[in-house]
Amino acid sequence: MIQLKHVSKTFQSGASSVHAVQDVSLDIKEGEIFGIIGFSGAGKSTLVRCINLLEKPTQGTVTVDGVELTGLDEKKLRQMRLKIGMIFQHFNLLRSRTVYQNIAFPLKKSNLSQEQKNQKILSLLELVGLSDKKDAYPSQLSGGQKQRVAIARALANDPKVLLCDEATSALDPQTTKSILALLKKVNEELGITIVIITHEMAVVKDICDRVAIMELGHVVEEGTTEDVFVHPQKPVTKDFISTAGNVDKIYELIAEKNPLTILQPGEKMVMLTYSANNAGEPLISYLSEAFDVKANIIYGNIDILKGKTIGKLVVTLSGEKANMEKAIAYIRERQVDMEVIQE
Amino acid sequence: MSFLYQIAPNLEPLGAELVKCIGQTLQMLFVSGIISFILGLLLGVVLIVTKKDGIMRQVAVYNFFDKAIDVIRSIPFIILMILLIPVSRAIMGTGTGVPGAYIALIAGTVPFFARQIESVLSDVDYGLVEASAAMGFSPIEIIFSVYLKESIPGITRVTMITMVSLIGITAMAGAIGAGGLGDFAIRYGHQMGYRDMIWVTVIIILVIISIIQGIGNLIIRRTTH
Repeated sequence: MIQLKHVSKTFQSGASSVHAVQDVSLDIKEGEIFGIIGFSGAGKSTLVRCINLLEKPTQGTVTVDGVELTGLDEKKLRQMRLKIGMIFQHFNLLRSRTVYQNIAFPLKKSNLSQEQKNQKILSLLELVGLSDKKDAYPSQLSGGQKQRVAIARALANDPKVLLCDEATSALDPQTTKSILALLKKVNEELGITIVIITHEMAVVKDICDRVAIMELGHVVEEGTTEDVFVHPQKPVTKDFISTAGNVDKIYELIAEKNPLTILQPGEKMVMLTYSANNAGEPLISYLSEAFDVKANIIYGNIDILKGKTIGKLVVTLSGEKANMEKAIAYIRERQVDMEVIQE
Repeated sequence: MSFLYQIAPNLEPLGAELVKCIGQTLQMLFVSGIISFILGLLLGVVLIVTKKDGIMRQVAVYNFFDKAIDVIRSIPFIILMILLIPVSRAIMGTGTGVPGAYIALIAGTVPFFARQIESVLSDVDYGLVEASAAMGFSPIEIIFSVYLKESIPGITRVTMITMVSLIGITAMAGAIGAGGLGDFAIRYGHQMGYRDMIWVTVIIILVIISIIQGIGNLIIRRTTH
């Protein structure tokens, strides 16, 4: 649905230039929810603006629904933009217009009759659950309600793609959940491809099918959410994943020299990450039986990732040196991700 | 009526003249007000869309108008008026009377108003502009549907301020023979020494300003949500 090929965007300010996006290629498939995650300044907002050409890429091509946007003139581009809805962190509703008028606003560009437009707006209000607020002004709405209006407005011209630029970053966790559920519903019921820009791993975890991680203008890692979660490759990805769970706590405990974390000679502290396909196996007890290696659980965390379980365990292994080596080889063989934290 | 003549004895002989002068002031106010409103709004919009981060970025155009406004605004109105007499003769055919004052009044008002419009429009959240562009709106549509429509309360507020300042300069225009209440106050109140006529002009001007502000406040109340 969306193909980015070698997209770069450089901002010139006087003599210095900022490379916001550098040589990014992505292929976002029809009907999927694609997450782009990165810390502030990673270039993700610029990248999403390159998809509808709010920012013109300095290099590379952008193709949406088979049409190469980078090759279009302004007029044709505006036509194509009707097919690409967008929502923003700060909602960007028109303050002087009611909820109804805000949703009617993009329909100025539509060929529907007055009555069809009216029907459309009422059904969108129903979809986002705000039928009773149709005559309210944005100032009378909560943040979550404003984002619902923005979503309805973005859907008015039946887009094929919905771009979400930090759409939940200004919302509390509870409201974030309900907005994500709405986006999921939009994706499932209307078949709209959704691109989500966020710095919150929890957002990706909840609804994204695939995810790309951005750092300093580059996409450093890309894959299905589950793969990236279970086998993160790059340090920045690991950082994000630790923000979603709370296994990070272990590093604090180590730094505090908590008695739990003090190792005897020959012991190893490791973090095991296992996913749905090997979660149920009695690894810990097997280590003890087969290799006489004791695994003392120090810290644990279980994440539900789009319905699948991802477990993280911090354990100290103790036993004979040779047995330890065998045990570790066995863990690796079982495709349980293992990271040695301390030895 | 007789009560009025008692507290302002000169009103009786000068009543007809006063009415004529009120007419002249209103005429100057409406004609130059409307033209200045249109030109100032246009110029304000040009400034906001052509500047560095604007939607129709044209830095040369922005710099030209930006500097021109600064230059004209720095000339005191009374001098600007005299400076523009030849221009008025060329355009209006006369440099005196009410028609002779229009050019100076417009030149004195437009830069002031355009600056204020620029500041009102720059308060429009750029996010709205970006959202509208993402919805497929053209720059011209964005100017009307977003910049101007969303700024009605602000535009009304600065229009009121500008109208009050325009009343001020119409009185000054009276000094070089444009007529109106300023001229009336100078001729009868100052030169003839009729203090009561000064008070009468002050009250009439206060009434005009109150009406303008009343209408403005009503519009602001109705359009602010």
